[in-house]
Amino acid sequence: MSEPLLKVSDLQVHFDIPNTSRMFAPKQTLKAVDGVSFELNPGETLGIVGESGCGKSTLARAILQLVKPTGGDVQLNGQSLLGLNKQQMREARRQIQVIFQDPLAALNPRMTLLQIIGEPLTVYEKHLSAEQRRARVMKMMERVGLSPNMINRYPHEFSGGQCQRIGIARALILEPKLVICDEPVSALDVSIRAQIVNLLMELQKDMGLALIFIAHDLHIVRHISQRVMVMYLGKAVEIGESEALYLSPKHPYTQALISSVPSMDPDASRANQAILEGDLPSPLNPPSGCAFRTRCKLAQPHCAETAPVLVAHENEGETRLVACHEV
Amino acid sequence: MSSIIQTDAAPTQIFPEDAEVLKGRSLWDDARNRLLNNKAAVTAMIVLGAIVLLVIFGPLLSPFSYDYPDWDNIYEPPSVGDAHYFGTDSIGRDLFVRTLYGGRVSLMVGVVATIVSLLIGVAYGATAGYLGGRVDNIMMRIVDVLYTVPFMFFVILLMVVFGRHLILIFVAIGAINWLDMARIVRGQTLSLKHREFIEAAEAGGVSTPNIIRRHIVPNLLGVVIVYITLTIPQVILIESFLSFLGLGVQEPLTSWGALVNEGAEDMETAPWSLIFPAVFLAATLFCFNFIGDGLRDALDPKDR
Repeated sequence: MSEPLLKVSDLQVHFDIPNTSRMFAPKQTLKAVDGVSFELNPGETLGIVGESGCGKSTLARAILQLVKPTGGDVQLNGQSLLGLNKQQMREARRQIQVIFQDPLAALNPRMTLLQIIGEPLTVYEKHLSAEQRRARVMKMMERVGLSPNMINRYPHEFSGGQCQRIGIARALILEPKLVICDEPVSALDVSIRAQIVNLLMELQKDMGLALIFIAHDLHIVRHISQRVMVMYLGKAVEIGESEALYLSPKHPYTQALISSVPSMDPDASRANQAILEGDLPSPLNPPSGCAFRTRCKLAQPHCAETAPVLVAHENEGETRLVACHEV
Repeated sequence: MSSIIQTDAAPTQIFPEDAEVLKGRSLWDDARNRLLNNKAAVTAMIVLGAIVLLVIFGPLLSPFSYDYPDWDNIYEPPSVGDAHYFGTDSIGRDLFVRTLYGGRVSLMVGVVATIVSLLIGVAYGATAGYLGGRVDNIMMRIVDVLYTVPFMFFVILLMVVFGRHLILIFVAIGAINWLDMARIVRGQTLSLKHREFIEAAEAGGVSTPNIIRRHIVPNLLGVVIVYITLTIPQVILIESFLSFLGLGVQEPLTSWGALVNEGAEDMETAPWSLIFPAVFLAATLFCFNFIGDGLRDALDPKDR
């Protein structure tokens, strides 16, 4: 097996939250991401799904070093991204780019497309003349389906889908190895989503990109990813190959997530749906043992005692990692 | 089940090679159009423009200089015949020329002191806001400490130590005003800092000074421009106040504040020596405030 492009091991992001209930109370710790490990191969797509507030976006920001991880390690091509100096960090960032959820908010309203898409070039390819930079930007715009004659326009003159294309163009102009997509289609119209997802897949094939694709929409994750990681309260609860995970989810939380997707078939039985009840517990004060036990239909008394770890389950040549005492 | 996704993407568009490059309409263009549709602001700009032109070129229309005492015409009421258009003061100096010279000083103090406070305040506030954390805390506590220095005491101290000089007024007013600017800019920066385009720039490896320069400052400009137009009249008023107390410009040079002060003493015998400078001062302040309001509406239409 080839060397993984990205290796995340036991990554932790904890935030200290001042306790406002009384003066001088000890600080509380919010474990936004708590010991997540995974590997990503070149050209592969990993989907990350989970409820709002389960740490998906924080995980993305920690990989990008936009928030400092409090523990664990992120390695890109075998080189740790933690503890790099500014110059090394800048070089590493060239390999990892990001696409954000809100396409308009991710674009500076005072800059033209030329300035926005060309900005990474001004950082990493200083030798380019203004004319060469402009040509590169126009080529990239055409590649993502934007008419190059709009190069002098401003973001507010575009629709949401077009803005997301601009974001994609900015992320890809340096030809990175890894693009982290933080819910890139959640804010878009359903009819536009497919276009953007297909564009991403097309560009991935052409440029050999690895993608980390964060989403709520399970259909889209299934469509785009080879592997999927399911997160709950800052922890990975199940990692497996996309199709197999959809057809036979093992972790009760994954089962609940998948059965919550509305079915296109009106006659489908709703009898054996696993309905998720209650809200996500507060990450400030997670349940003891298995964090999911408060909402789990399989919960047993011993689930409250020890936290389950990811255990490999082999099944018909597929390896599935599941963190549950009852599977 | 996944029919949404299997819809084909829009057919790959073919873009003609020689398509004309379209011109973008920036937020500034929009703002300019909105400002030009605001009658009060346009009128204020015209009046202010006229005042500025008059202040610069007006003295050429009069045969007198601002410090020449016309002993034959003390307390002369306004008259066109002997070229004392606004009359004369208690020692026969021509009030038309003095009002315009006073305007030069007042406007110059307003503009220069505001620019001083702008440069210091924007750089300081944007840095504190963007870096945040401990740096921000220390920088803003310094501002808090400077706020506690009493302004009049500070000015009197400067005058006593260095003597009365026009530059000292710029320094004194600029040194006080940048504190407000720094606070406003810091607040705006804090709200901008967590916008996604800033994170995108960080992830794209853009260096901190470049993020502040390219992403933070241009997005601050709207607020800053509005604040400038409201600061200039404030500074003119502070200068008038200092002159009124006798701490401002040195005779025979004058300012609108100083002229109003002298005029107030002779109000009963020579009302023209109060009316003309007061009208110029008030008109200028009104204009700046109208322009400021117009700019605020134009740059931030959501806030209306």
